[in-house]
Amino acid sequence: MDLIDWSRAQFALTAIYHFLFVPLTLGLSFLVAIMETIYVKTGDEKWLSTTKFWVKLFGINFVIGVATGLIMEFEFGTNWAAYSWIVGDIFGAPLAIEGIFAFFLESTFFVVLFFGWNRVSKGFHLTSAWLVAIGTNLSALWILVANGWMQHPVGMNFNPDSMRYEMGNFWDVLFSPVAVAKFLHTIGGGYVTAAVFVVGVSAWFLIRGRETQFARRSIIVASSFGLFASLFLLLSGDESAHQVAQKQPMKLAAMEGLYSGEGRAGIVAFGILNPDKKVGDDLPEFYGDIQIPYALSLLGYHDINAFVPGINDLISGNEKFGIMSADEKIERGHAALGDLDAYHVAKKAGDTVSADMSLKAFDANQSYMGYGHVTDALQTIPPIALTFYSFHVMVALGSFFIVLFMVLLYLSMTNELINTRWALWITFMSIPLGFVACEAGWIVAEVGRQPWVIQDLLPTMKGASALSTTTVKITFWAFAILFTTLLIAEIKIMMSAIANGPHIAQKGDDHV
Amino acid sequence: MFETWELLWLQNYWWGIVSLLGGFLAMMLFVQGGQALIPAIAKNDAEKTLLYNVFGRKWELGFTTLVLFGGAIFAAFPLFYAVSFGGAYFAWMILLFSFIIQAVSYEYRTKKGNVYGSRLYETFLSINGYLAPFLIGVIISTLFSGGAFIVNDENLSHWMIATRGLEALSVPFNLLGGLSVMMLSRILGMLYILNSVEEDKITRYTVKKLRIEMLITVTFLASYATWIFIIPGLTVENNRVLIEMNRYFHTFVAYPVSVLAPFIIGLGLFLLGGLRAKKSGFWCAAAGTVFMVFALLFSTGVGGAPFYPSYIDIQSSLTTANSSGSRYTLTVMGYVSLFVPVVLGYIVVVWKAMARPLTHDEIKNDPFSY
Repeated sequence: MDLIDWSRAQFALTAIYHFLFVPLTLGLSFLVAIMETIYVKTGDEKWLSTTKFWVKLFGINFVIGVATGLIMEFEFGTNWAAYSWIVGDIFGAPLAIEGIFAFFLESTFFVVLFFGWNRVSKGFHLTSAWLVAIGTNLSALWILVANGWMQHPVGMNFNPDSMRYEMGNFWDVLFSPVAVAKFLHTIGGGYVTAAVFVVGVSAWFLIRGRETQFARRSIIVASSFGLFASLFLLLSGDESAHQVAQKQPMKLAAMEGLYSGEGRAGIVAFGILNPDKKVGDDLPEFYGDIQIPYALSLLGYHDINAFVPGINDLISGNEKFGIMSADEKIERGHAALGDLDAYHVAKKAGDTVSADMSLKAFDANQSYMGYGHVTDALQTIPPIALTFYSFHVMVALGSFFIVLFMVLLYLSMTNELINTRWALWITFMSIPLGFVACEAGWIVAEVGRQPWVIQDLLPTMKGASALSTTTVKITFWAFAILFTTLLIAEIKIMMSAIANGPHIAQKGDDHV
Repeated sequence: MFETWELLWLQNYWWGIVSLLGGFLAMMLFVQGGQALIPAIAKNDAEKTLLYNVFGRKWELGFTTLVLFGGAIFAAFPLFYAVSFGGAYFAWMILLFSFIIQAVSYEYRTKKGNVYGSRLYETFLSINGYLAPFLIGVIISTLFSGGAFIVNDENLSHWMIATRGLEALSVPFNLLGGLSVMMLSRILGMLYILNSVEEDKITRYTVKKLRIEMLITVTFLASYATWIFIIPGLTVENNRVLIEMNRYFHTFVAYPVSVLAPFIIGLGLFLLGGLRAKKSGFWCAAAGTVFMVFALLFSTGVGGAPFYPSYIDIQSSLTTANSSGSRYTLTVMGYVSLFVPVVLGYIVVVWKAMARPLTHDEIKNDPFSY
């Protein structure tokens, strides 16, 4: 593995760890606020202890989310310094805005949510709970605006003198359709993950026959919230896929393992990829698969007849559908970089006429600039198996959760929940699945867009800091050890707090 | 309003905001100062628990300020962000590690199932308590003493020494800066104890300790300031970077309102707070710290001077002009910065609402306490 691989490995490691804690924070903050609202409205002390129980778990998760999040803010600089300069003028802004608008809101009111029970009025406390929820979700907004911009760069211009992109329109960056879809889909994923967590933990209490009233209340709130969030997730997922089809066709092809493009394309509901399949050969794409007809054309283009380009089309080009080959893009990219060099040479020599001409020529091809760093068309294909399986795991789990929430709501309403052991066991065993679905979604988004760190404009390999491989190896292992150590503690503490149950209004048994 | 500003003004404004955030970050290091002091001040478990809870309700603010500090540099001075974080890699990484272990330690310290026992989390808090202020002091000092980087024609940077920032620890000036900030954080930590703990035994001991450490701190700060005034610095003339003797002294004199005054007022407030050793002393010294650190940071870059010298190639040195974001981004972020007073406003409201001194009883009865 070379420097780029290690730099990517470290980013992936830290992001995967961070993203273990984020979804629960996003969703649990709202669930806590909803439960506290019920308490304030009804004055029922049982709702207070229910709220406090989940706040406690929220806190255990929140601090490790904050801890692992710190490095994300700085890692662009430490490990991706070239990236930070080239696009920092656009990318830095949402990160700074996140700090001012969102993170302070979270951290300031988190203290009230945690320690303010007897120090501030009920109304103040409830407001704080909602502000924490809003703060965490706003935080996600700005991070995903930044991420959305990497996937679909808009609202900027390239400055050939400083050799970087500069922001041209802030609103274009903020309201980019990719960013909006990404934000909605990610927070939706967080809500569902948190809902699965809450119903799972509650099911454990019911299996053990403990705290049944508390557990049933929590299940009703969480499965209603989860069902609602799942529908929201479905809609935002549809919009996300639509955006990917338009803006990142190669990612869509990888998500579906689609080599030869087709009209009326179906979605693979289940499939096992043929690992020997190569671009342009005649081997079948799958050992076996089950397709939902027309669905991919519909999803990607909102038209069942639409042509969905496959990997072969995107590599070799397809004249009939106006798809340019990767080789031609590479050629144009080289031309753009050559013109840029010519511009600099002419400018240094004081030859303004040639400089202007070179710049004009550069403008014609600058949207392919990233391809100028690519040496082989095959480099523009992301890892297909990882993208394909992650996507399908995510979708399958998302569908399963909808059924799970519906079953739980039905059983709750018919008062049969406690006696339906199999449903309780399935619910309990599902706790990790929400996290798996979220991480899978993250892998689809980030692995599926390789080799680009900025779609079509900057390949990942051109963004890294000039570090020695050993340097990055040292920090990679340091993070791996530290984060794993902390994760073990977090899970054990979480399990102890759960085992103690909601009836610890008095401090004592959950402390050492 | 920001659209009509000259670019140089916008860059100055943003260097001012970054400096101010640096000032707040230094002030919030009182939490680290406290963490480092707890083992010495607490004489039994009850006192220890009380003190960890006192500081444990404030750690997030410093943490958040650090994040915002990074974000503001990224948005306003992306080349500085790239050169410094990507260059002085190990210095920053160690600092970040010390904050990562802080974030979990308060919450996990006394929890059942914390696997490694309370001792480890207390050690984490001590490490962060000493290391974070010291390293922040060292890193601030490198804005005066310089870094080992070059920036090429495409504005891509390279760090020329394999120790990646750790070499800063071999420069006596940087070490003095680190020790000064560390002492500053301890003084603030002790004043915060006086401000928010009403336990005679603790306060009596703290006052005694404060008097001794104040003496050391004043000596450090005076030597550090004097050293800054006599070292050479860099200046820009006709787009060329030149060495100027007593550069920072000249800057202090040339900017009486934005640099000299806040420095003197800050120093005065800090001394007043530290020497009075009373409940209100914390606020006095805290405000003094913000002013003082603001003035020091602002003096490095005000007026387009090189705020991050390169001692490998002085022409590579960073100025607010050559490292800043575009005019458009600085303008957008200018409007964003107007929100800072709102944030400060609600922080003050919450701080006051939560201000009642903690007691042993409250901690014992609160299931959420650390």
